[in-house]
Amino acid sequence: MTEVRDRKPEGESATDADLSDIQVPDESLFKIRLKLLWRSFRRNWALFSRNRLGVLGVVIVLFFGFLAMLHPILMNTVWSEKHAIYDPVIGTDAVIIEKTVVEDVNDPLTQMSFTEAMIAGEFFPEEGMIIEVSIAPAPPNKDHYLGTDPFGRDILSQLMFGARAAFTLGVIAAVSAVVLATIVGSVAAFYGGWVDTWLMRQADLILLLPLLPLLIVIGSFWDIGLVQLGIMIGILSGLGGTAIILKSQALSVKVKPFNDAARVAGGSSRHIIVRHVIPNVLPLSFLYMMFEVTGAIFLEATLSFFGLLSIPMSWGIMINTAHTQGYTLFGLAAWWLLFPAGLAVTLFAAGFFLIGRAMDEVVNPRLRTR
Amino acid sequence: MARYLVNRILQMLLLFVLFLTILFFLLNAQPGDISAQFIGNPDIPPEAKEILRRQLGLDQSLFVQYLFYIKNVFTGNLGVSFSQYPRSVADILLTALPRTIYLFLSATILAYVVGFQTGKLVAWKRGTATERVTMVGSIMLYTVFYPWFAILMLWYFGSQLGWFPLGKFLDPTKWFDAPYTANQVFNAMLLSIFLALVVVVAIFYFTGKIEEYRQRLIVRRVLLAVTAVVLIVYWMITPMSPFAVDIAYHTVLPVTTLTLVFYAGITLLTRSSMLETLREDYIFTARAKGVPEKIIRDRHAARNALLPVTTSFVLAIAFVIGGGIVTESIFSWPGLGLTLLGAVTVEDVPLAMGALVMIGVLALIAHLVADILYAFLDPRIRVQA
Repeated sequence: MTEVRDRKPEGESATDADLSDIQVPDESLFKIRLKLLWRSFRRNWALFSRNRLGVLGVVIVLFFGFLAMLHPILMNTVWSEKHAIYDPVIGTDAVIIEKTVVEDVNDPLTQMSFTEAMIAGEFFPEEGMIIEVSIAPAPPNKDHYLGTDPFGRDILSQLMFGARAAFTLGVIAAVSAVVLATIVGSVAAFYGGWVDTWLMRQADLILLLPLLPLLIVIGSFWDIGLVQLGIMIGILSGLGGTAIILKSQALSVKVKPFNDAARVAGGSSRHIIVRHVIPNVLPLSFLYMMFEVTGAIFLEATLSFFGLLSIPMSWGIMINTAHTQGYTLFGLAAWWLLFPAGLAVTLFAAGFFLIGRAMDEVVNPRLRTR
Repeated sequence: MARYLVNRILQMLLLFVLFLTILFFLLNAQPGDISAQFIGNPDIPPEAKEILRRQLGLDQSLFVQYLFYIKNVFTGNLGVSFSQYPRSVADILLTALPRTIYLFLSATILAYVVGFQTGKLVAWKRGTATERVTMVGSIMLYTVFYPWFAILMLWYFGSQLGWFPLGKFLDPTKWFDAPYTANQVFNAMLLSIFLALVVVVAIFYFTGKIEEYRQRLIVRRVLLAVTAVVLIVYWMITPMSPFAVDIAYHTVLPVTTLTLVFYAGITLLTRSSMLETLREDYIFTARAKGVPEKIIRDRHAARNALLPVTTSFVLAIAFVIGGGIVTESIFSWPGLGLTLLGAVTVEDVPLAMGALVMIGVLALIAHLVADILYAFLDPRIRVQA
C-alpha cells in the first residue's frame, strides 16, 4: 500500500510497473517499486517546487517540527535542572526588574505609581525612585527569550510545547478524517445505489451541523482532550465534507477501464476497491489531509481560546491566558503575550494550507500556469 | 422550480428533526439528569422528589421523553433558563437573535459583494503585481487565527487609535432617557437592511429584462441610487436616528473584522473559479468574435464563475456562524453566540441547548436561502419548472 501511495495517477505508472516486472526479473519487486517511487517523487517535487508559496509552506512546517522536537531535548538537557522554571504548565519564575516611581503611569511595564510602590514594600516613595519588583508577565530577558506569561511561565517553552500539541492534533484529525473519507468515498462511488444515497445524505447532514457551537456544548459537557478532539474532528469531517469530495474523485476513477479488466480477471469488489480505486484516490486524499490539519488546528485553538478543552498547554490556551488575565488591549506593549502564540497558530495553519494549495497544482493539471 | 423548493424544505425539516435527535441524545448521554440538581438536596423529602421527577417527565421512557422534546421545540417551548431564572429560554434567545442575524447578514453580503468583485478582477489580471499582492493578502487573512486577529483589531482600532468603542452593543449614557428600547431601534434597522436587500434583488431581476446593455446599466444605477437616497433620508428624519447611529457605530468594528476574514475566502474562491471559466471554449469564441474584453469578463466569464461561489455559501455558513461566535465573544456583542458561551460557562443547560437549537435553525434557513438563490441562478434548475 505505502509504495503505491505516492505514485500519482498518471495512467502510465501502473503499466510501467508491470512492464518492468517482466523485463527485469532478476531485480526484486521491492527495489523496482522503490525506484519508481523515487522517480515519481522527483517529478512531483519538480512540479511542487515551482510554486514558491508551497515551498514556503514546507519550510514553515519543518520549522515547527523542529520546535516541537527541540522541546523534549531542551527539557532533558539545558533545562533539566530548572523544571520548576521552564515547565510549560507548572513552571514559574519571578523575574526581577527595576521600575521608576512616577506620578502618572504611562507605561505600566517600566513605571509604577506611589500606591504600587507602597504595596511593593517601599513605605516612603519619592518621584523618580527606582524600586526592584518581581513581575509576572515579564518582558524578554536573558533567562526567558520570549518573556513570561501572567503566571510567570516561560513563553518559549509553552510555544514549543504547543507545537507538539498542534502536531499531535493535526496528525490525528487529518489521518482519521482522510482514512475514513477515502473508504467512505470509494465505497459510495463503487457500489452506488442505496449505499451511496445513505452515505451522501449523511455527509450532507454533517455538513449542515454548526460544528463550532456543537463542539462548544460538547466541550462543556465532557472533558475533551487532544486525542478525543482529534478523533471527533476526524470523524465529523471524514464522514462529511471530505467524503463528498473524495467520492467525486472515486467516481471518475470507477469508470476507468482497468476496473473492468480487474473484474474480468476475477477480482472481487473488495479487491477492486482496495487495489484499484483507493490507490487512485490517494493523491487527492493526501491533499485534503493538508487542509484538514488547517481546519483542525483552528478548531482546537478556538476551543481552547474559550477554555473548553482539558489540554495542559496549547497556543489557544496561551492566548486565552493573556485574554482572561486582562492583557487583551496591551497590544505591542506586551507583545510577547499575544503575538508568539497567535502568529504560531496562523503560520502553522498557513504552512499546511500553502502545501495543500501547491499540491493541488500537482494533482490538478488544470490549475498549472504552464 | 416550485417542486425543487418544496423538496428542499421537506429535506430541511427532516434534517432539523435529525439535528434535534442528536442534541437530545447528547443531553441524555451525560450521567444523571436535570432533576439531579433538585434531588441532591437532603431537605427535600423523597415523595417531593418523586413528584418533581414526574412533573419533569423523567419517569417516562426515553422515547416518550424524546417525543416530548421534539414537540416542545416545535411549539417554541425551550424551557426556563437556570442562570436568569424566571426568564424563559425562548425569550432570552429572541432578544439575542436579531443581533446575530444582523452580524451574519451584513458580514455575508459585504464579503460576497466585495469578494466576488476582487476575485474577478484579480483573476483577470493574472501575473501582475496587483494580483500577487492581493493573493498574498488574501491568503494571510484566510489563514489568520481568527480570535487573535479580532483581538488585534480591537486593540488597534479600539484602544490604540480609539476610533471605535471597545465592544458592547450601545453606549448606556446615551440611552439613559431614550424613548425606545434598544431592540426596537435595532429591529427597525434590521428591517430596513432587509427591505433594501429585497429591493436591490428586485431591481437586478427586473432590469435584467432590458435587452440593451448600456440602457440597462443606466436604469439600474438610477434605481439603486434612488433606493440609497430613500433609505438615508428616512433614517435622517426619523426620531430614532441618534440611537440608531449609536448602535451602528458599535457595529462597525465587529462587522468589519468578520467581513475581512470571510472576504478573503470568497476572493480566493472566485479567483480560482474564474480561472477555470477563462479556459472554456466559449471565452475563446467570444474573443474570436471580437467581443470587448470588459464584456467577456463581466458577462461571459464572471456570470459562469458565480455558480461555484454560490454553492460555496453552503460551506461558508458554518464558517460565518463559528466566526460570529468568536466575534461576539471578543467584541462583547450580545447575540446568540455570546449567550451560548455564557450559558456554557455557568452550566445553564437549557439555555445552552436552546441557543444550539436556535443556531441550528439559523443555519438551516441560511441553507434554504442558498438553495433558492442557486435554483434562481442555475438555468438547469430554473427552467425545469
